[in-house]
Amino acid sequence: MSLQKIGVPLAAIVIFLILWELLVWANGWPNYKMASPSDLGPAFTRYWELFFIYGWQTLWRTVAGLLLAIIFGTGLGMTMGFSRTLRDGLYPLLVGFNAIPKATVVPIIALMFVGAHDFNTVLIAFMISFFPIAVSVSIGLSTLEPEYRDILRSLGASNLTIFWKIALPKTLPEFFGALKIAVTLAFIGTNLMEIVSPHGRGLGALFDSGKTNSDYPLMFAVLIALAVLGIILYYIVVVLEKIFAGWAERSPS
Amino acid sequence: MTDTPLIEIRDVSHTFHTESGPLPVLDNLSLSVADGGFCAVVGPSGCGKSTLTRLVAGLMKPDTGSVWLHGEQVRSPRATVGMAFQNPVLLEWRSILRNVLLPLEIVPTKLTRKQQEDRARHLLTLVGLDGFEDKKPSELSGGMRQRASLCRALIHQPEVLILDEPFGALDAFTREDLWQTMHQVKAQEPFTSLLITHDLREAIFLADQVVVLSGRPATSQYVMNVPSTGPRDLEALYTPDAADRLAILRHQIQVAQGRKPARREAAQ
Ligand SMILES: Nc1ncnc2c1ncn2[C@@H]1O[C@H](COP(=O)(O)OP(=O)(O)OP(=O)(O)O)[C@@H](O)[C@H]1O
Ligand SMILES: [Mg+2]
Repeated sequence: MSLQKIGVPLAAIVIFLILWELLVWANGWPNYKMASPSDLGPAFTRYWELFFIYGWQTLWRTVAGLLLAIIFGTGLGMTMGFSRTLRDGLYPLLVGFNAIPKATVVPIIALMFVGAHDFNTVLIAFMISFFPIAVSVSIGLSTLEPEYRDILRSLGASNLTIFWKIALPKTLPEFFGALKIAVTLAFIGTNLMEIVSPHGRGLGALFDSGKTNSDYPLMFAVLIALAVLGIILYYIVVVLEKIFAGWAERSPS
Repeated sequence: MTDTPLIEIRDVSHTFHTESGPLPVLDNLSLSVADGGFCAVVGPSGCGKSTLTRLVAGLMKPDTGSVWLHGEQVRSPRATVGMAFQNPVLLEWRSILRNVLLPLEIVPTKLTRKQQEDRARHLLTLVGLDGFEDKKPSELSGGMRQRASLCRALIHQPEVLILDEPFGALDAFTREDLWQTMHQVKAQEPFTSLLITHDLREAIFLADQVVVLSGRPATSQYVMNVPSTGPRDLEALYTPDAADRLAILRHQIQVAQGRKPARREAAQ
């Protein structure tokens, strides 16, 4: 059971690294074309302090943006879920906003608040990630079967009580589904901003400096570090989901 | 029993305003149920039965006419009503016991936590769910979920129990089991009941009064009184008397559906 859960993914990673190393070796690619796993170790040891500091910056800014997205997205989703009129009014706006490729917004924000790195980055992480949360919460609320509402309403319960006791918990599985997407998006947003904004911070900036110095192993090492951070963030959401919405998972029996 | 009916519906009319225009659903409907009575309402599909239950529960106001419970006009939902639907709508993240206790989190109660749980366990035992208190709804069969939903509707000792096709989605055997359970519950709990059903046998088995509604907009087309003989067993459905009643009701439904002209059937 636990062997299956930990051993198999671990084996998959090892096989992946071996194949990568083989691919680079077989083609005789030099470092500047494609770094191989064996180059990454030295890159990490040389810059481990930077990885630590920049990794932390990337992490907290992503999480801050995501928390804002959760608060704002849930609020927006609630308004749209409860009011038909607001939903009809806000939905096209929201879809239009979401349709703008965020890569084009990044330079605008970077120029708008030049130098305010933390603010910029958190803002982009937030902007890119609130949409799925808002949509999932509004859909979860507006598709609640009327009988669920009636059970409590017929006893004189207020809308707020119905929200806390039924609507909110019932929406949690969809909410966490959206949060898994949102966490990835927020992470992308953070990195876009870190790479684009001049004299930035975070792993994105480290990647950018690797690029300007033609330090290819460093660039690849950053990619790996980003992947690790991404996995950690994703699985934190998975654990939270297990805790708060584990009931939605049918046990295979 | 008192002489004022516990549920009284007086000349109620209601029209929904839909995108395709006004839809009259209830038309001058009157109906009353005595204290402790059990009234079954049957009628063609879509004629306005669920709308009627929502009016009685105070979830909606009729355009004209009024609904009275225990001599008081219903203007908003009240805690003296319990409801169960075809869909048991149990909360999947709660245990069966905590599902049953839900209404007591809304309705003010004098019971202590312990007394509440004792009452919930008592009801669960009454419907044959003892031992399932800590199970999740997803671990129960459809019939068991419906039993739990019935306990939830009764936990706060409502005066009025409104049942909107609660057994509609169950197979025939489970349904008959639940009819008998209903009689057992009724013998112990002092509620007045309004049952919506599509099943005429269910109606005459459970109710002491069967009301046939006309097609939409619904009005009370026919009322049959069934002598109450206390807890019945299923054999009662196969007597000549029951066969006569079923024939009359079936005819009335066909009239309501517009498939047969109205004519007087042999008196009951
Ligand atoms: N809130 C509403 N707005 C508009 N139309 C409605 C609304 N609720 C019900 N209706 C319509 O009113 C009619 C009666 O509905 P109702 O649910 O009361 O019928 P019913 O007798 O319970 O039907 P069924 O036998 O299928 O349960 C239906 O045509 C339905 O589409
Ligand atoms: Mg109905």
